[in-house]
Amino acid sequence: MAAPLVEVKNIKKYFPVKKGVLGRKRSFIKAVDDVSFTINKGETLGLVGESGCGKSTTGRLIMSLLELTEGQIYFEGNQISNLTNNQIRNTRENFQMIFQDPYASLNPRMKIRDIINEPLIIHGYNKGDRMNRITELLEIVGLSAYHADRYPHQFSGGQRQRIGIARALAINPKLIIADEPVSALDVSIQSQILNLLKDLQKSFNLTYLFIAHDLSVVEHISDRVGVMYLGKIVEIADKETLYKNGQHPYTKALLSAVPIPDPKLKRERIILNGDIPSPANPPSGCTFHTRCPLATEICKQEVPKLRQIGEGHSVSCHLV
Amino acid sequence: MTEKMLEITNLKTYFHGDDGVVKAVDGVTITVNKGETVGVVGESGCGKSVTSLSVMRLLHDTPGEIVDGSITFEGKSLLDLSEKEMRMIRGNEIAMIFQEPMTSLNPVYKIGKQLEEVIKLHLHYDKKEARNHAVNMLKLVGLPRAEDVVNEYPHQLSGGMRQRVMIAMAMACNPKLLIADEPTTALDVTIQAQILDLMRKLRDESERSIMLITHDLGVVAEMCDRVVVMYAGEVVEEADVLSIFENPKHPYTKGLLGSVPKLGQDLEKLDSIPGNVPTPANMPKGCKFAPRCEFAMDVCWKKDPSLLATNGNHTCRCWLYQDQEKILEV
Amino acid sequence: MANPETAEVAAKVTLSSESVEKSSPIKEFWKKFKKQRLAMVSGIFVFLLIIIAIFGPAIAPYSSEEPDYVNVLQGSSWEHLAGTDAFGRDIFSRIIVGTRISLFVGTISVLLGAVVGTVLGLISAFYGRWVDSIIMRICDVLFAFPGILLAIGIIAILGPGLGNVIIAISIFNIPNFARIVRGSALSVKSTVYVEATKSIGAKNGRLIWKHIFPGTASSIIVNFTMRIGTAILTAASLSFLGLGAQPPTPEWGAMLSNGRDYLSTSPHVTFYPGLAIFLTVLAFNLLGDGLRDTLDPKIKD
Repeated sequence: MAAPLVEVKNIKKYFPVKKGVLGRKRSFIKAVDDVSFTINKGETLGLVGESGCGKSTTGRLIMSLLELTEGQIYFEGNQISNLTNNQIRNTRENFQMIFQDPYASLNPRMKIRDIINEPLIIHGYNKGDRMNRITELLEIVGLSAYHADRYPHQFSGGQRQRIGIARALAINPKLIIADEPVSALDVSIQSQILNLLKDLQKSFNLTYLFIAHDLSVVEHISDRVGVMYLGKIVEIADKETLYKNGQHPYTKALLSAVPIPDPKLKRERIILNGDIPSPANPPSGCTFHTRCPLATEICKQEVPKLRQIGEGHSVSCHLV
Repeated sequence: MTEKMLEITNLKTYFHGDDGVVKAVDGVTITVNKGETVGVVGESGCGKSVTSLSVMRLLHDTPGEIVDGSITFEGKSLLDLSEKEMRMIRGNEIAMIFQEPMTSLNPVYKIGKQLEEVIKLHLHYDKKEARNHAVNMLKLVGLPRAEDVVNEYPHQLSGGMRQRVMIAMAMACNPKLLIADEPTTALDVTIQAQILDLMRKLRDESERSIMLITHDLGVVAEMCDRVVVMYAGEVVEEADVLSIFENPKHPYTKGLLGSVPKLGQDLEKLDSIPGNVPTPANMPKGCKFAPRCEFAMDVCWKKDPSLLATNGNHTCRCWLYQDQEKILEV
Repeated sequence: MANPETAEVAAKVTLSSESVEKSSPIKEFWKKFKKQRLAMVSGIFVFLLIIIAIFGPAIAPYSSEEPDYVNVLQGSSWEHLAGTDAFGRDIFSRIIVGTRISLFVGTISVLLGAVVGTVLGLISAFYGRWVDSIIMRICDVLFAFPGILLAIGIIAILGPGLGNVIIAISIFNIPNFARIVRGSALSVKSTVYVEATKSIGAKNGRLIWKHIFPGTASSIIVNFTMRIGTAILTAASLSFLGLGAQPPTPEWGAMLSNGRDYLSTSPHVTFYPGLAIFLTVLAFNLLGDGLRDTLDPKIKD
């Protein structure tokens, strides 16, 4: 088997919370707490989870937009988590990101041409190539060349997201991290963007890390899926296994909670009690034990390890 | 005979902006019967939220104005009431839940105080009774530690808890009609499941009518008896929930259903509706959906079809289902 | 490349957006600014002032410095629209010639303060940590002095004269700009589009000058306009105190000072320069208000 494109090993990201008059660091928000996974070339890894589970932070850590507290990230076998800022800048050729909010992710003062031009300038394309490339990119994402002279506010949400995708594609990256790329869009526009992402993946042999809270969207686009809860991956498997035979109680609850647009379907629903605990003060032991319908004494005390239980299927639960 | 709770007839709400009139709601007719949950579905800008604000008559802070139509609640015409009379209906007989639970609660008052205010205003309880009622309502909506929560400020609660407080507030005076505008959109999936479960329970207990405004077809399928699909300020299709999902008529409804990925259904490609939702500046002349419709005919570009029954209670605004003679006339 | 379906979508997108008129930020700005009546009037007034400042000595009917002892302390008349002063000089001509001095001092001093303050503010916001702390604490110290006192202090060190007035005013404008620019730079820095640009691999220089600085431009422009009014006023005050322009320079503040002794007998000697200062400062402030209302995103709908 070929080496994975990206390997994430035991990464942690703690945000210090300042407390007290003197602002001494007393506690940490454990946004990402010991997460490991791999992304293979050409596949889509989906990361799902609810707010505060650390899925966006994980994406930003791989993008080196945030500094790791601990752990290593490897890209094509080379460690990228110990590089200097200048070296990171050069690796950015391989990584690009698509952001959630298409309204906020484009500079409102720049024309579309300049927005897409930016990565090309930074990575040293010459001028003639750049203009051709911009036209080509606009057409790839389903816009037209004359859109280049407009400003972001003249476009709808879906069109802006296309522009964001064009910018991400500009320098032929190998990995695209898509952070909730469709959750700010209308239903009928969501499917346009999802289809576009799938087409682009085929055409350019892209690898995606697809971060979303919507389980149906993640199921549609991903090959493998990781479920996160409070900074940890609780279950990771290929899509079929996870959605048909998810083992972690949280995965099961999450799946049963998704409203399905089919009024005839009557399902047994697992409704979890309580709220998601704050990552500043996570529960002891298994972080899910406060809401888990099956929790036992051991869950309150011991942190479960992510164990492999089948081909590419790992779960972190004492009871599995 | 089913009893009609709310009847919106040919409602037109226009906004007067810098660039002329925006017809946010343009001739909408929706009926909500007693004990029924009606889903109003549509994408951003289709006028679903403006419709609900029109019913509550909460448009005065906006440049919006109801220019035509009638809204009847239990036989009373809401548009003819004075602001004072309307205030007695708002929160008492018709209650509303908004999408964003953070901004709909006043951050400087304690939860209990905000709840008691509503209770005292409508039910005329004294302070102690109001407090008891507030705590009971919070318990009813499943908030743990209800006695403590009344003494807390909104920022101390999580999003799901705040939405429960909002529901408690809406339910406090036992309203006959509940208008919920995207009540779970801002919430996480597992919390959404809790809130939907709660709303179902509250509805089944007391034959309450609910008008549920949402863009999420999954929520509609789980909650609603009847569904109204809106597009660009108009109702394009209305039917009972089974017919909408099993046998959608309007190309927009079909497109919408096809573009949502369903859990457990593995498709290589989703159907998608090409193009974008029309902006007020370039509203099509004929059928508003024609520019995005794969079945668009000549007539569709010329004249907007009317909302007609295709069979029984299933109505649809589309030339494909209208009399050939009428098409020829145009 | 692009598959047929996306191409088809593109075609439809094209159709639907054909009617959207082309609009640049400048056009948008003009559309909104036109609605601000008061600011428009002030803008026209400021424009006229600039014309007068450029052609001042050529338009003025009389010499601004040559004494004319035949016509001393005369009231308004057709010959001397604003009367004459104690040396018989035409006050109207002196005001016209003085416009250049006031506008020059106001603009240059604020410009110097703005350039330095903006750079400090951007550095402070972008790099944060100890750089930010040092710059901001120095600003706090400067803020602790009332502006005019600080200026008097600086002139006490440098000596009187218009050049030193400019330096003094620009120094107390620095912390003002630094703080305002830092504030809006911080909010621009936290936007997703700056993060997006970072993720492309942009260097700090590009982030600061192509993204963060343009984002703060509107608050700089607004503050610039507002501060010119204050700077003109301060320059006039310093000249009034004898620390700025020296006689016979027709500086408005100095003219006020000259008329002090005749306030009861010939009030017009002080009235007209005072009116000139009043109208100019008011115009710049109103223009600044109007610009803020059009440019400030917080008030935008």
